[in-house]
Amino acid sequence: MAAMVEIKDLVKNFSLSQGIWAKDSRVIKAVDKVSFSIEEGEIVGLVGESGSGKTTLARVILGLTPMTSGSVVIDGIDLAKAGKKDRDKLHREIAVVFQDPVSNLNPRQTVESSIMRPMLLHGISRAEARRRAKEVLDMVKMDERYLDSYPHQLSGGQLQRIAIARALALSPKIMILDEPTSALDVSIQAQIFNLLLDLQEQMHLTYLVITHDLNAVKYISDKIAVMYLGKLVEFGSTEEVTEKPRHPYTKGLMKAAPILDPRMRDRKKEIIDGEPGSMMDLGTGCRFYARCRYASPECQSHDPQMDVMETGHQAACHHPLK
Amino acid sequence: MNEELLKLEDLNIDYKVKGGALSAVHNVNLSIHQGEIFAVVGESGCGKTTVAHSIMNLLAGNNARIEGRILFEGKDLRTCSQKEMEQIRGQKIGMIFQNPLDSLNPVYTTGKQVQEAIMLDHVEKGAAWEKVIRLFQDVRMPDAKERVNSYPHELSGGMRQRVMIAMMLSRNPKLLIADEPTTALDVTIEAQILEILQELKKQRNTAIMLITHNFGLVAEVADRIAVMYAGEVIETGTVYEIFENPMHPYTRLLMQALPRKTKREGRLQTIEGAVPRILEKKPECRFANRCPYATERCSREEPATIRASETHAYRCFLDKGQEV
Repeated sequence: MAAMVEIKDLVKNFSLSQGIWAKDSRVIKAVDKVSFSIEEGEIVGLVGESGSGKTTLARVILGLTPMTSGSVVIDGIDLAKAGKKDRDKLHREIAVVFQDPVSNLNPRQTVESSIMRPMLLHGISRAEARRRAKEVLDMVKMDERYLDSYPHQLSGGQLQRIAIARALALSPKIMILDEPTSALDVSIQAQIFNLLLDLQEQMHLTYLVITHDLNAVKYISDKIAVMYLGKLVEFGSTEEVTEKPRHPYTKGLMKAAPILDPRMRDRKKEIIDGEPGSMMDLGTGCRFYARCRYASPECQSHDPQMDVMETGHQAACHHPLK
Repeated sequence: MNEELLKLEDLNIDYKVKGGALSAVHNVNLSIHQGEIFAVVGESGCGKTTVAHSIMNLLAGNNARIEGRILFEGKDLRTCSQKEMEQIRGQKIGMIFQNPLDSLNPVYTTGKQVQEAIMLDHVEKGAAWEKVIRLFQDVRMPDAKERVNSYPHELSGGMRQRVMIAMMLSRNPKLLIADEPTTALDVTIEAQILEILQELKKQRNTAIMLITHNFGLVAEVADRIAVMYAGEVIETGTVYEIFENPMHPYTRLLMQALPRKTKREGRLQTIEGAVPRILEKKPECRFANRCPYATERCSREEPATIRASETHAYRCFLDKGQEV
């Protein structure tokens, strides 16, 4: 299998100074030296608390915001060096579905014109785009009659199907799904998961699923990447990361996640105290230092490096759990 | 079992809408006892928040028509005057909402807002301030002594929810209504807030009505559950009865829709169709149009309540133990 997305030492800083006279030289390291790769046809779940840099990472991959340093290679194209032609190709190959299906679609456009728009922008003829709109609507198991509907006439689950249909319009290879089911009810959530899995199998798509729902990520992903305050702290197969986490943060996260079985409620939870600190004064050590129960003086002064095991399971911790 | 604190009897709430009345809550009967966490679960639009708001008398009179009785400590809250309700709100029944930022005043410090709540009980100013600090410590606010001087915008979502809990605790209510209290929070913070709620139940014997769509939360903390669908309570039981032996087809399907496995073990169960908008009340099962086991009878008659055990009841024509 070839890597579809290869992220290496990716850094994305946001400068705090605004305006030409501003003297604030501080930067926020929203994504700090993150490296991992997504194989073709794989589903990688990206988890972490709000503010951990998940969405920023996705935005860089989508080309919506330039990276500060590092490299992202998608299907053989280096994002930083890509010219206009390569960028156009990438825009076709990567599609995105956001959390809120309502704000995702233009309320004044019909479903048909929403789905057709990306195709028209990429120079596909109207007649062809119209034909394809029907086709993708069928792929998400919705009837053609919805083509003339407006977003307010549809339910949350239907809107999310439309958003997926639009994402499929240009036959992408990679889909970035940013909290695709968070706004939906349980029964609808299950429909969307099943749909995404069916599509992925049929078309051999590659997914990056961003979510904070750990039960959902366990269900859908082949691999899980865990981020904490801009750092990738752990990456490995779903089984390894959920059953044998090596980073204390991952372990805390997995233990904190509600288990859908009341018989399990008395398990030892090892609740992580405190809250993620500020991104502004991070110090030189491990970013999880202040909340970590295994922290040593070394953790305060030295940032742990990523340690890769034979299985590919990696963790950045001075005291990895066994 | 502990004493019965809240009892809803044949509660019906209709909202006036264009073209008629929307039946938001239909024939709801349930009771909550002291010291228990009672979860009301259901999908959006099932009426769970409407039930909560009706208890606190927060529904605007002109748009909602309420029938039935809401008994709190034996007294019907619907017959209470505005003034009596003001006494009950906060002092007897506390409420916390999903988004604490909506409940806090942005121009006063959080400590001052909690102090104000305490002073409603005629506590002297200085003593009230000391109590604020103690309460902030009780809800494990980091740097409690300094945080009392923070404005809401200076706090994180988790800290704001702690302020709301502190405010609610300050008056020591017997019943706490928590409407999606952790939905906007991260998992690690959610776990911390749940711990506080559980301590509250244990140490103060407070009854908690937990309103949520999150079955994970319910599995972690609830003692008893009411499952709502389209304005009706379709099943009630202990957390074990609902999770391990659901009887109503809707509950059964929901339990299989939860992501409790990995994709290798197969696809999740789905429920086709959508929740109906009930504008016209008629004798029927409201789940009939989506129910895979529905018969002609289901759209003609309203199912009676079947008791599966002393604590477990559901509304369906399917017989007890019948395999579906």
